[in-house]
Amino acid sequence: MSKVRVLVGTKKGAFILTADGKRKDWKISGPHFAGWEIYHLKGSAADPKRIYASQSSGWFGQIIQRSDDGGKTWNTPGSSPEELKSPDGFPKGESNKFVYEGEAGTHKWYDGTQHPWEFKRVWHIEPSLTNPDVAYAGVEDAAIFKTTDGGKTWKELPGLRKAKGNLWQPGAGGMAVHTILIDPTNERRIYVAISAGGCFRTDDGGKTWKPITKGLKSNFELPDPDAEVGHCVHRIALHPSKPDVLFMQKHWDVLRTDNAGEKWTEVSGNLPTDFGFPIDVNFNEPETVYVVPITSDSLHYPPDGKLRVFRSKTGGNDWEPLTKGLPQKNCFVNVLRDAMAVDQLDKSGIYFGTTGGQVYYSPNGGNSWSAIAQHLPAVYSVEVQTLK
Amino acid sequence: MIRVVLPFHLRNLARASGEVELDIAAPVTIGKILDALETKFPVLRGTIRDHGTLKRRAFVRFFACKEDLSLEAPNFELPEAVVKGDEPFLIIGAIAGG
Repeated sequence: MSKVRVLVGTKKGAFILTADGKRKDWKISGPHFAGWEIYHLKGSAADPKRIYASQSSGWFGQIIQRSDDGGKTWNTPGSSPEELKSPDGFPKGESNKFVYEGEAGTHKWYDGTQHPWEFKRVWHIEPSLTNPDVAYAGVEDAAIFKTTDGGKTWKELPGLRKAKGNLWQPGAGGMAVHTILIDPTNERRIYVAISAGGCFRTDDGGKTWKPITKGLKSNFELPDPDAEVGHCVHRIALHPSKPDVLFMQKHWDVLRTDNAGEKWTEVSGNLPTDFGFPIDVNFNEPETVYVVPITSDSLHYPPDGKLRVFRSKTGGNDWEPLTKGLPQKNCFVNVLRDAMAVDQLDKSGIYFGTTGGQVYYSPNGGNSWSAIAQHLPAVYSVEVQTLK
Repeated sequence: MIRVVLPFHLRNLARASGEVELDIAAPVTIGKILDALETKFPVLRGTIRDHGTLKRRAFVRFFACKEDLSLEAPNFELPEAVVKGDEPFLIIGAIAGG
């Protein structure tokens, strides 16, 4: 029987939520890495027992953790007890070494001056779809790194920052590569999104990148309507069966592209507000999209204190509120960009976490919702593994 | 033996219980203690001082014999009490936050 494993990164540790395919009875384990900020965990599609986690702290910096048994045990890659017993002696212990290639260079700072690139943390880890030892890390200050040895060492793909990186500028949350999408039909095509750098695509496995922002409008932040970079892209999503169709939640505006980012069209339609963070696509319905509207860039909570997921079954423009089981008064949480995910079961499961520590799920494509957990630390990220 | 006290989170990360003991040839300096510590526990690389620059991380502090040694150079020689193992070398997460 199928099972689902929900990987939740929070401000104070990681939690793993598991249930069988009915998704009724949940078990929660954690906190793993208690007291540390867990920006993201994600399992390998090629080997679901392999899970990568980004663990960080304002005091002690970045750590990468890896589990090879579905989250039961964890080690920093290259430092497992087995590897420590290696006849070659101690490993180098460089799994948390993220050093920019060559001269780090500078990017735009808040006051318009240039500011040196400084590594701060890993926001997102995206494992390869076919090789469990290969993964990409999106980091702050914005760059993408790649490992080919299961996370023991990481090497920057510097071509990304050559896409006008000197013009990227941090938003209020920092300047990070927060989204990495791999085209399931062509692993050499990868998309990344950066706040406030924009959206970029490589077609050669990460060697060269180009901005894909035509059609985006950021009138106040970027008066130049033709600006290629600097857009505050909050999140992008794609469906594996239609990889040239992407959906975007921008700072303001919800958009879609039907040609791999060559041109974007706004599909905010009848949303109560088109500001928000996460966006995702139903696994069984490639034109069914989910967003969580947030009041505004100044008020990071749902309009009217009502937590509502909005669903479009037409790929945008026509949106319906999904409220059954969600708090409809006095709710002032946020849902962060990496905190929504979908499972791959026949009856589509949708999951999201809040800054108030709730993890909600719907076993029916959003028609109704229940809480799996209600009192976790602020949720940074939610990922789902469908185990068959 | 040089005795080193790690902060809670680094002790857990290194899977060390209690104090850490390091065998270091004289002269015993802050830099040599950190080198030996990272050799024994590679997982601690980058957590106390940055990769590459080897600069102390902003919110990590060093103390010994009731003295704050955080701003001393890596070649600063530790007091005799630390060298003899009478006093530990303390690595502390700075009191910061809110």
